[in-house]
Amino acid sequence: MGRFIVRRLLHGLVLLFMVATVVFVLGRLTGNPVDLMLPEDATAEDRTRLIKSLGLDGPMHTQFLVFIGNALQGDLGTSIRMRQPAVDLFFSRLPNTLVIIPWAILLAMVVGIPLGVVAALNRGNMLDRGAGTIAVLGIATPNFWLGIVLIFVFSVELGWLPSGRMGGPEHYVLPVITLGTFLTAGFMRLTRSSMLDVLESEFVKLARIKGLSETVVIWKHCLRNAMIPLLTLWGVFVGNLITGAIVTETVFAWPGVGRLTYEAVIYRDFPLLQAVIILKSILILSINLLVDILYAYVDPRIRLS
Amino acid sequence: MNQDTVLQVRDLATYFELRRGVVKAVDGVSFDLRRGEVLGLVGESGCGKSLTALSIMRLLPKGGARTVRGEVRLGGENILELPASRMRDIRGRRISMILQDPQTSLNPVFTIGEQLREAIFRRAPAKTAEIMKEAVAALRRVEIAAPESRISQYPHQMSGGMKQRVVGAIAMSGEPQVLIADEPTTALDVTIQLQYLKLLKRLQTETGMAILFITHDFGVVARMCDRVAVMYAGRIVECGPVAEVFERPAHPYTRALIASVPKMTGERGRLATIEGQPPSLLDLPPGCRFAPRCNLAEPQCIATYPETADIGPAHTVSCWRSDTR
Repeated sequence: MGRFIVRRLLHGLVLLFMVATVVFVLGRLTGNPVDLMLPEDATAEDRTRLIKSLGLDGPMHTQFLVFIGNALQGDLGTSIRMRQPAVDLFFSRLPNTLVIIPWAILLAMVVGIPLGVVAALNRGNMLDRGAGTIAVLGIATPNFWLGIVLIFVFSVELGWLPSGRMGGPEHYVLPVITLGTFLTAGFMRLTRSSMLDVLESEFVKLARIKGLSETVVIWKHCLRNAMIPLLTLWGVFVGNLITGAIVTETVFAWPGVGRLTYEAVIYRDFPLLQAVIILKSILILSINLLVDILYAYVDPRIRLS
Repeated sequence: MNQDTVLQVRDLATYFELRRGVVKAVDGVSFDLRRGEVLGLVGESGCGKSLTALSIMRLLPKGGARTVRGEVRLGGENILELPASRMRDIRGRRISMILQDPQTSLNPVFTIGEQLREAIFRRAPAKTAEIMKEAVAALRRVEIAAPESRISQYPHQMSGGMKQRVVGAIAMSGEPQVLIADEPTTALDVTIQLQYLKLLKRLQTETGMAILFITHDFGVVARMCDRVAVMYAGRIVECGPVAEVFERPAHPYTRALIASVPKMTGERGRLATIEGQPPSLLDLPPGCRFAPRCNLAEPQCIATYPETADIGPAHTVSCWRSDTR
């Protein structure tokens, strides 16, 4: 298990280096950042001084080495707009995102997985078809549209829930539903299809031959096996949550890293964008590592090979 | 019902209702299983052997299979009429089953110990530590070496033969009166097969349980069984003591099956085969189902199904021409 984790960490580092490279190169492709950073009336001297202070006077590869060197020391540049270290900005906003993502995942697990099991058990009848239709809608509905419709119905028309900004528990309801809908629908469809596979297997037959109750057969013997394909797709789901957070947080004026990303793009705050992308990659990679470890826990065949 | 009969199956029929029509996979199967005996159920693939077993266990696959008539009496009560919860109590405790493929019969995500624990717990609920002692004993009974360390292992860490022993241990841990073994050695290596059969025979003698042994292999029947029932296209065509059926097979299908077993002695030559294919279970002939492939067939064979007739001590056959050799 130790070796498995070390190997995964090394993979992660290589991937992170590649992300940093791409981000760096893309950053340079959008033009000279100095033009954005200087006021309109700056002199040519101001310009050269800034270029020098940013280390932009050397050739590309030297710049890249400086960038990587700084990054290794935890310095991912300074936000142009907010004049603060990008890393600090990211971490000051991160908690606000981390308080809604777990709720979205919880929603998906509590609603999506049991619905998937129930749909599989009722394969082909009205219940299964109804759940299937809702799931397809959930997957197909874009985040931004769902968010706006929810605000329109529950905030504007009915006035039951606040339309945005952070606050008490009632502020969480709409953003969590918006962020969690895709995940819930995805979990439901996947649980259904892998449950259908598992229900046909011989070990389920043996569990019944033992005389176990249907509850134990379904929720213990079947579900544990059906969770394996679900975990495999976690990486995709987590990526979707992080990108989904950009839209959701923007729609609900939620001051998390998603909104920070959106602002960085809109204001062409490219050092901040660079930092946000790299830090989010680290986040996604760590979550994936966690999922891999969890995966090995659920499926002993992986743990021991 | 005879005192010694533990399982009595009468006119059992299980059909698949498909859009194209009704597949009569099991169509009027009757037999008795007596205390402490091994009854072989022989026939080629698709003749309804496994489905007969699953009908008795009431574990038919989803998707149209339904037992449409018949009785399965276990100790006097017709278990086909029991509510699902009563049937569940009976499974594992009074009637149990070993499945064909050990590679897929065990749940890959639970340890051997846990899978045994669940089965033992039903017979003797106790603390996990105590049940684990019983689980070790159960593994030792099925001749698994170093059972203490095996208990915490997962199925993928074991060989096929060993897994099938574990499946056996699980199936027998409820001390059932009746064990259905559905081709338990088909998926095993030939050398392992023999060991497994010996083990099963020993455990059967020790516990006195009755075994319904499903196979397509007459060699295995000769080794394992006291009596044999030959099945063809959803029906039992001949039934009798093994020695009797081997020496005086009365049904042309039984004779053809026995002739097609390779022999180590005697004259060499081409192995005997049976011409043609079994009939489609969607569209069965009204008469004897073997008639289209039978070289003794007469018009009567094709027109009406032959009644089951006694032709010797405990030897029955369904054939119009059984007197013809």
